[in-house]
Amino acid sequence: MEPAIVVSGLRVVRGGREVLHGLDLDVARGCVTGLLGPSGSGKTTLMRAIVGVQIVREGRVTVLGLPAGAPALRFRVGYQTQAPSVYPDLTVRENLGYFAAVLGVGAAEVARAVATVGLAGLEGQLAARLSGGELARLSLATALLGSPALLVLDEPTVGLDPVLRRDLWDRFRELAADGVTLLVSSHVMDEADRCDDLVLLRDGVVLTTGTPSDLRARTGEQELDAAFLALVDGAGRAG
Amino acid sequence: MSLARSRATAARVLRQLRHDPRTIALLLAVPCVLQVLVHELFASRAEVFQALGVPLLGLFPFVAMFIVTSITMLRERTSGTLERLLATPIGRGDLLVGYALAFAVVAAAQASLVSLLSFGLLGLESEDRALVVALAIANAVLGMALGLFASAFARTEFQAVQFMPAFVLPQILLCGLLVPREEMAGWLQALSALMPLTYAYDALARVSNGDLGGRLWLDVAVLGGATALALGLGAVTLRRRTP
Ligand SMILES: Nc1ncnc2c1ncn2[C@@H]1O[C@H](COP(=O)(O)OP(=O)(O)OP(=O)(O)O)[C@@H](O)[C@H]1O
Ligand SMILES: [Mg+2]
Repeated sequence: MEPAIVVSGLRVVRGGREVLHGLDLDVARGCVTGLLGPSGSGKTTLMRAIVGVQIVREGRVTVLGLPAGAPALRFRVGYQTQAPSVYPDLTVRENLGYFAAVLGVGAAEVARAVATVGLAGLEGQLAARLSGGELARLSLATALLGSPALLVLDEPTVGLDPVLRRDLWDRFRELAADGVTLLVSSHVMDEADRCDDLVLLRDGVVLTTGTPSDLRARTGEQELDAAFLALVDGAGRAG
Repeated sequence: MSLARSRATAARVLRQLRHDPRTIALLLAVPCVLQVLVHELFASRAEVFQALGVPLLGLFPFVAMFIVTSITMLRERTSGTLERLLATPIGRGDLLVGYALAFAVVAAAQASLVSLLSFGLLGLESEDRALVVALAIANAVLGMALGLFASAFARTEFQAVQFMPAFVLPQILLCGLLVPREEMAGWLQALSALMPLTYAYDALARVSNGDLGGRLWLDVAVLGGATALALGLGAVTLRRRTP
């Protein structure tokens, strides 16, 4: 099957500096792909390019068979930005209601998204008065509206407790089982272990890709944490 | 363009305002207080208030909506909600029309309240009160369009607030309210002719004098054109892709 995302030769310049240097990547359909890499390695920039909001210097990004950012994709791609992007002066329900109206979906979708992220009971609360983790979940809920075929989630579980993290990852696995493609960036290695595929970025290029067990085998490390460090450090010495 | 998305955007902007009752109170009360101040200031010269009252009534919404829109839009840019929205099917036009609808509603409330006060209690007179309120709403939409455009050049709220004196004060100084345009130096007249508020003032002054002739409708046409131009420029500054 054709991959959900094909990136080839992607170059991006931000603030006068090249931050992605001719990046190539395939992301399989119906899988959870984890995007890992040190801070500043270009994870958010790559996700922005895939969603079609990043100005690109060179290269091609194809999403679900269309050029990234194509109007038809805006109904089929859900994007959670790294910093929560919701209206602080609206309630949970009003925030989701607005994004639902923009996508042309109804109140049932709002209720479902609220349930998925575990915000039931807080629908009437102003976003400004939510806790950090609740705010992150509201931002995630806006990305889930409209049942997108591709979810691009930039550190969706930052600031969440272990129980919530587990529940959300259970939900991500269910979505993937239903055929949804998920690209999820994370710094947490026990989350990486729940991905089908991992992509390791470093300094704006793909350092390596593979399943969690591939990476373990390749580095001879049992812990993904150690494998990640070995790969990042190893590349540092080589390059 | 999608009317449903524009309507949803307008409703969202109004809901944001509703959660901020103090801003609503300020938007409604400040023009009334200012109008009373002007009335009292010229208590012994009623003809001055008769001359200033109608133009002021129409200019308050312009200033208020310029500020409110430039801050709202700047917040939308810096909070990431704009980036988030532009990754959804919403069109830039849908967003702008939504904003215009929402602020037109606020301006209608503002202008109605000031005109109720001015015509009802302060003894202001005008042939055509409905036309005054309609012009006030048109000015509000113009202020909104200019505020939207100006916000593209502000990176911080401090900068956005400074655009008020930079974009708005010169227009108020030169529109003819303080000094009749014919008495200005030639280069000031030329500058004044380039400023949309000049036509807003001229239209209001004409309605105030009961002069509903062709020049009034020319002013209105210029106002409409300036609003469309500012909205178009504002749309250009709303980029789906950013660096
Ligand atoms: N708006 C911007 N203007 C200029 N440079 C930027 C901008 N945003 C990010 N950068 C730079 O681009 C590089 C990649 O940033 P990016 O946000 O993609 O990293 P990241 O992998 O997501 O990091 P983190 O894990 O900390 O979120 C960084 O060096 C960063 O300094
Ligand atoms: Mg990031």
